[in-house]
Amino acid sequence: MLDMTPATVSERSALKINPAKTCQPVGAVYAALGVHGCLPHSHGSQGCCAYHRSHLTRHFKEPVMASTSSFTEGSSVFGGMANLTQAFGTIFEMYDPDIVAVHTTCLSEVIGDDIPTIISKAREEGKIPEGKLVVHCNTPSFVGSHVTGFSAMVKGFVKYLSENTGTRTTAVNILPGWVEPSDMTELKRIVAIFGLPAIMLPDTSSVLDAPATGEHAFFPKGGTTLPELKAMGDARATLSLGSWASLDAATLLETKCGVPFQELDLPIGLAATDRFIQSLKALAGVDVPVQIEDERGRLVDVISDMHQYLSGRKVAIYGDPDHVIALTEFCRDMDMLPVHVLTGSVGNAFETRIHAILADSVPNANVKAQGDLFLLHQWIKNEPVDLLLGTTYGKFIGRAEDIPLVRVGWPILDRVGHSYFPTVGYLGSLRLAAEIISAIQERQDRDAPDHAFELVL
Amino acid sequence: MDLLDDRKRQVVTAGEVRAVVCDRPSVAGSVTQRACSFCGSRVVLYPIADALHLVHGPVGCAAYTWDIRGAQSSGPQLHRLSFNTDVREEEVIFGGEKKLARALRELVVIHKPKGAFVYATCLTGVIGDDVDAVCRMATAELGIPIIPVQSEGFKGTKKDGYSAACRALDQLIGTGPTEGIGPYSVNILGDFNIAGEIWTIKGYLERMGVEVVATLTGDGRVDTIRRAHGVKLNIVQCAGSMTSVAKLMKEKYGIPYVQVSFFGLEDCADALYQIAKHFGDPEMMRRTKEIVRTETEAVLPELARIRKDLEGKKAALYVGGAFKAFSLVKALRQIGMQVAMAGTQTGGPADYEHLKELCDADTILADDSNPLEMASWLALRDVDLFIGGVKERPVAFKLGIGFCDHNHERKIGLAGFEGCAAFAREVHATVTSPVWSLVPRRAGRGLA
Repeated sequence: MLDMTPATVSERSALKINPAKTCQPVGAVYAALGVHGCLPHSHGSQGCCAYHRSHLTRHFKEPVMASTSSFTEGSSVFGGMANLTQAFGTIFEMYDPDIVAVHTTCLSEVIGDDIPTIISKAREEGKIPEGKLVVHCNTPSFVGSHVTGFSAMVKGFVKYLSENTGTRTTAVNILPGWVEPSDMTELKRIVAIFGLPAIMLPDTSSVLDAPATGEHAFFPKGGTTLPELKAMGDARATLSLGSWASLDAATLLETKCGVPFQELDLPIGLAATDRFIQSLKALAGVDVPVQIEDERGRLVDVISDMHQYLSGRKVAIYGDPDHVIALTEFCRDMDMLPVHVLTGSVGNAFETRIHAILADSVPNANVKAQGDLFLLHQWIKNEPVDLLLGTTYGKFIGRAEDIPLVRVGWPILDRVGHSYFPTVGYLGSLRLAAEIISAIQERQDRDAPDHAFELVL
Repeated sequence: MDLLDDRKRQVVTAGEVRAVVCDRPSVAGSVTQRACSFCGSRVVLYPIADALHLVHGPVGCAAYTWDIRGAQSSGPQLHRLSFNTDVREEEVIFGGEKKLARALRELVVIHKPKGAFVYATCLTGVIGDDVDAVCRMATAELGIPIIPVQSEGFKGTKKDGYSAACRALDQLIGTGPTEGIGPYSVNILGDFNIAGEIWTIKGYLERMGVEVVATLTGDGRVDTIRRAHGVKLNIVQCAGSMTSVAKLMKEKYGIPYVQVSFFGLEDCADALYQIAKHFGDPEMMRRTKEIVRTETEAVLPELARIRKDLEGKKAALYVGGAFKAFSLVKALRQIGMQVAMAGTQTGGPADYEHLKELCDADTILADDSNPLEMASWLALRDVDLFIGGVKERPVAFKLGIGFCDHNHERKIGLAGFEGCAAFAREVHATVTSPVWSLVPRRAGRGLA
């Protein structure tokens, strides 16, 4: 009944069905939540803010705080300056954050509100108390996707707050990209094993995976601190993980503060984690610690033990470009066949990169940026797969076609665990590999006739 | 806690003479739990299952409203797909009308729907797209009703969106045949069939001998809505969202309406009696009494058992509309619980006066509240249960307080007599859950 997708692909130039992305502002909210004492502020109608908070809450099962300019019809005619100015007053009186991170919406962008001017006027008028900070980024929802919104906010923090004081420190900036709190914790653990002091931006660990204490912390204890944000400008290097989410901020840290950067993929899977580890090794000037080598060895061990279940399995991968690129490479390295690869986000670079990864193993793969899940479903109807790898939104396809789904990426609205157990690094990749293998084996058990249903797999 | 001076007038205790100031926009800068007009229109119309719902605007408005409400359909599931024009920079400059017209043509080829609703958004409103005109042309060209919904987000709160949805429904009602509709016929307005609730209500009505013609909008269908003007009575459940359709139908077609609630034993029985009384058929009244008696008897023993455990425990509730708050206060009292706080996103002055009458003198009543305030009240009054929606849930859990979703994400039907038992069971399970004894703030207090 839920299968309403015809196999024949018809021309669509205007209609999107079942999107594989959402709009920029929610990314700005997620990034801002990763700064300590920061209140994300949505400059637009209050529905935007309500939707972003609800959606993030559905994914993290955590309270998500953000304020809104609560635009009315009047603001849409006369501009939102009065709303934003009043908002600063309300925010600092009522919620007392250290920093407010303003992002725009389609409405305030079309009206043409000039946020920096409004901020400086509000400061002149005393609406922003001494010692309190306000940063902003532009996130019109008719440009980019939630991923570029995330990128814009991270860049916004660097633009406003990072400073080069002239003294280089030994710290390394880690821009983790749009990953889970669990991934950020894992990245910090790995970097610490190399003995490298690191600053991570944003850092949603201990914010969106906060423990139950019986209290509601409006500003949870985690997040990049303001001194850290400032000190990023003095760091010796930046590791940009995931180009869609991190490269803009990394580039700005170089041009503004002279901090050189390395562009890396999200360290998901063996090869991408190897590259990440090589960068850390070079920065730290040490051999790869035994602990890390062992973790790598365990991942290789599991993939080897189970390769017969993975070999030749067709997989459809969809979601955000940074995730999809890393996942495609990982699946290829495990001898799986990513025959359909799709993102809702923009970027020809995505298609080029995926084709390059699959050039030898799946040269005829269906690859598309700015696609939607309706198209992915049509592809699958024409060439079935053994596994779906992506967000919760794929569950409709999974049900219609009876294909198992391993959930990875954002959002995951119907399962728990993603914010606590990482998918980055060798151990995170091991967890993901185990989930993939389990899904395949579950299916094998389910489909096996009695005579072939075995105790040992 | 300290409230902004501006906010203080929106919060009272029920015993105070002072009225709750409400029906005003949220203060800019607050972490309001409210949403926008678009959200209101979308939740009201979304359950019409064989219509195609096209969001004309940016992708976000479509993505966030894709299958987020468990509005169940007994047949078609077309409403559960997400259709969107994904308006981009090019359309912002040159206008989005052509793209909208193209999208409508493309989707009719693929899905051949019975009708379509086209939702305007902030973006298409501010760039000045004439959605009405495109819909008129598309209706003529494609041969199905394509109805514009004036749901630009900046036009107000959800309540304003409800009105826009009602105006859209008004365009559909009255366009179908009314032959064969009997004398004891009704439409159910304002139930969205979350967790199949409309089927429960329909079951009672059918047993009473009442013919349900159209359900607006839960498990709704384009064709039945088109003939909805053939009924003799409209039953309005969610007053905030649907009263204006009932009023319009009264003016246009002379159809009377009753405002009822199917939440809580008292309200549910009252609803059925009101309907039976309207039709004035003694036999129907007899059947109704029989239904109320058997259904009540079926759940009372369980409610009594549950009440023993919950007696004296405290609840807080924060809901969208006031009608639900009224029912919940009564339903909670039935299982022995006191209401320490009651708030709504969109209640009006008369609603809050009525809430004052229903609640205890020290009950906090709040209009357009925010998580900071609510968290402080929940802790201050040491409540055992919070009733709300998705944004309220994690706040309750962080505080170590039981929670019941009475909004889009409820998974168990809470309407009708059996719904009362389900509600009581759900409240009992969460309030007496041993997990709260694990939360530091409440540790050592022992199990409930």
